[in-house]
Amino acid sequence: MTHVKRLGAALQGAGTVFLLLALVFALILAINPGFFAAPSLMAFLKQAAPLVILAAGQYFVIVSGNFDLSVGALVGAQVVIAARLIDGEESRTVPVMLVMLAFGIGVGLINGLITTVLKVQSFITTLGMLLVLYGAIRLWTGGAPTGALSDAFRTPGRLGIQTPLFQIPWALLIMIGVGAGAIALMRTRFGRILMASGDNELAANRSGARVDTVRTAAFVLSGVSATIAGILIGGFAGVSAQVGEGLEFTVITAVVLGGVALGGGRGTALAAMAGALAIEALFTLFNQMALPATLRPAVQGVIIIAAVAYAARRRIRPALQSTATPS
Amino acid sequence: MTAFTPRPRIGATVAIYLALAGVLAVGGAAVAADGGNLFATAHLVDMLTRTSLTGFLAIGMTLVILCRSLDLSVGYTAALSSLVAATTMDGQSGNVPLAVALVLLVSGLIGAANGAIVAFLKVNPFIATLGTGLILKGYLDTEYKGPAGDVPFAFQQALGYTRFAFIPVSTVVMLAVAAAAVWFLRSTRTGHHMYAVGGDVEVARMSGIRTTRVLLTAHVLCGMSAGLAGLLLAARFGTGSAEAYTNLYELDAIAAVVLGGTLLLGGKGGVAGTVAGVAILAVLDTVFNVMQIDPFAKDVLRGVVIIAAVALYARRQLDRTARRPRFAAAAGRAS
Repeated sequence: MTHVKRLGAALQGAGTVFLLLALVFALILAINPGFFAAPSLMAFLKQAAPLVILAAGQYFVIVSGNFDLSVGALVGAQVVIAARLIDGEESRTVPVMLVMLAFGIGVGLINGLITTVLKVQSFITTLGMLLVLYGAIRLWTGGAPTGALSDAFRTPGRLGIQTPLFQIPWALLIMIGVGAGAIALMRTRFGRILMASGDNELAANRSGARVDTVRTAAFVLSGVSATIAGILIGGFAGVSAQVGEGLEFTVITAVVLGGVALGGGRGTALAAMAGALAIEALFTLFNQMALPATLRPAVQGVIIIAAVAYAARRRIRPALQSTATPS
Repeated sequence: MTAFTPRPRIGATVAIYLALAGVLAVGGAAVAADGGNLFATAHLVDMLTRTSLTGFLAIGMTLVILCRSLDLSVGYTAALSSLVAATTMDGQSGNVPLAVALVLLVSGLIGAANGAIVAFLKVNPFIATLGTGLILKGYLDTEYKGPAGDVPFAFQQALGYTRFAFIPVSTVVMLAVAAAAVWFLRSTRTGHHMYAVGGDVEVARMSGIRTTRVLLTAHVLCGMSAGLAGLLLAARFGTGSAEAYTNLYELDAIAAVVLGGTLLLGGKGGVAGTVAGVAILAVLDTVFNVMQIDPFAKDVLRGVVIIAAVALYARRQLDRTARRPRFAAAAGRAS
């Protein structure tokens, strides 16, 4: 019974994103019924996987009351690092992936420590990190990425398990794994402390929760998610200097579309990832409608504002009733 | 009313100007060690020219940040304003007053839209202004494939290139706007209300402040200051350019505001500090240029300087929660 109630509460807060997702899918179906055939659906999910994974990482940071604006630059940096270090040698694939993982964890750790120990607002910390990563990578490569990725490196982002009818992309399996991990993590002690830190830092601190530790861990998780997304995007799209540009804003938008409150303490990991899926579905819909590329940002902007405004309306009402209770 | 003093402690602003002096001294020394002179007229002109564009954007940004809001659309507003200015002027000096009025109207309306979405629809300002920025980007990309319009030579000279000794006119105008904003925040009722709204919107509302109106005003003024930045862009380029938004001016402006000691969480700070923040960024850029530092290394250094500076300010502000009487005793015990 409590499970049903909890599910109901979760759906009420995040209802908008599932509504939006259903709406966009319905429109895609109306325009192109063939889209939901297994191969094209799998292709869609393969393309959507990196954003969903990034949304899971960003969710941890946002729910604990912070921002991570550095993920786009980090994804770009990871792809460039991979190409430069692997340089086409198959045997270097796994060691380089480990180096990337260490780099992602390191960047997340620095973001987290600067934010929690030095008390710099995360907006500024990660904005600075964005500038540093952006400049450092171009400085290192001399402006244009060099080297090449190995075939083994590109496998997770490009290929999958062949079944008689269609291919199940590795990216989809990784996405499901990361998603399940994120949802499970939020049910642990760590997840509850994270949520409490975002909801009321002072109360969490007074209750003995290690707010700074879990917040730093959230940044590390975001760095790890950017690493995984970098591997998938590098495999899928190859190397270019523009990889990851502007991705941070898309990811934050996705998480907020999922009903996760900026400022922390509200929202579920599942809904955040559904937000990412909704954004990717929206991009697909624009493709299907053959909407001019230049007009897409405008439509995207309108939909984001409308969806968040709609979600805000739903949230305000119960809050107004609860003001009667003494706080 | 006398108990309510929204002015930042003098100490905070002084500290930021000391930081500016420090950056100037260190930069000057570094350039001197390199065999140059940072205070040569050409470099001073370069430095001051850099302050004007970010300055306009940062002054408006200070107002919205003080209200605990944000505006990520100013870069797009400035780009659109430069196009509105250039196409309205269309090479005729007689059209300049009309163009300036139109720019202020359009940019003010964009600000009003931002403010309305934030205040009435209760959309988080980060998302709201990111959204309006995307809408403007879509419009600019669709309507303008390249530079458009023609700015009359007289206007280009007047705002873009004239200077008194080594002080460009654009910098003088920016400082005048900054002075007006300082006066507005310190001496008008709406200015005081901005600090109250940023401090705690619920308390402000219950004290009888029309918080939505205050938020709306801040956003309109922020939009109009982005419009002024657009006029400056038009004067510099001699034409309107949609490409201007690719420079991510909004992030520069936010960095300058925060460097100037205004709290991102609202309610504390001021325009005087922001001007110093803008100047610090301009000095850094000029020093990097004079020393011919790799442009990519510049980004790295800027990032590090911004984080380091804010970390230093945070040390000063650590006592902020402790200063609230309600938690004073408990905070004292905890530390």
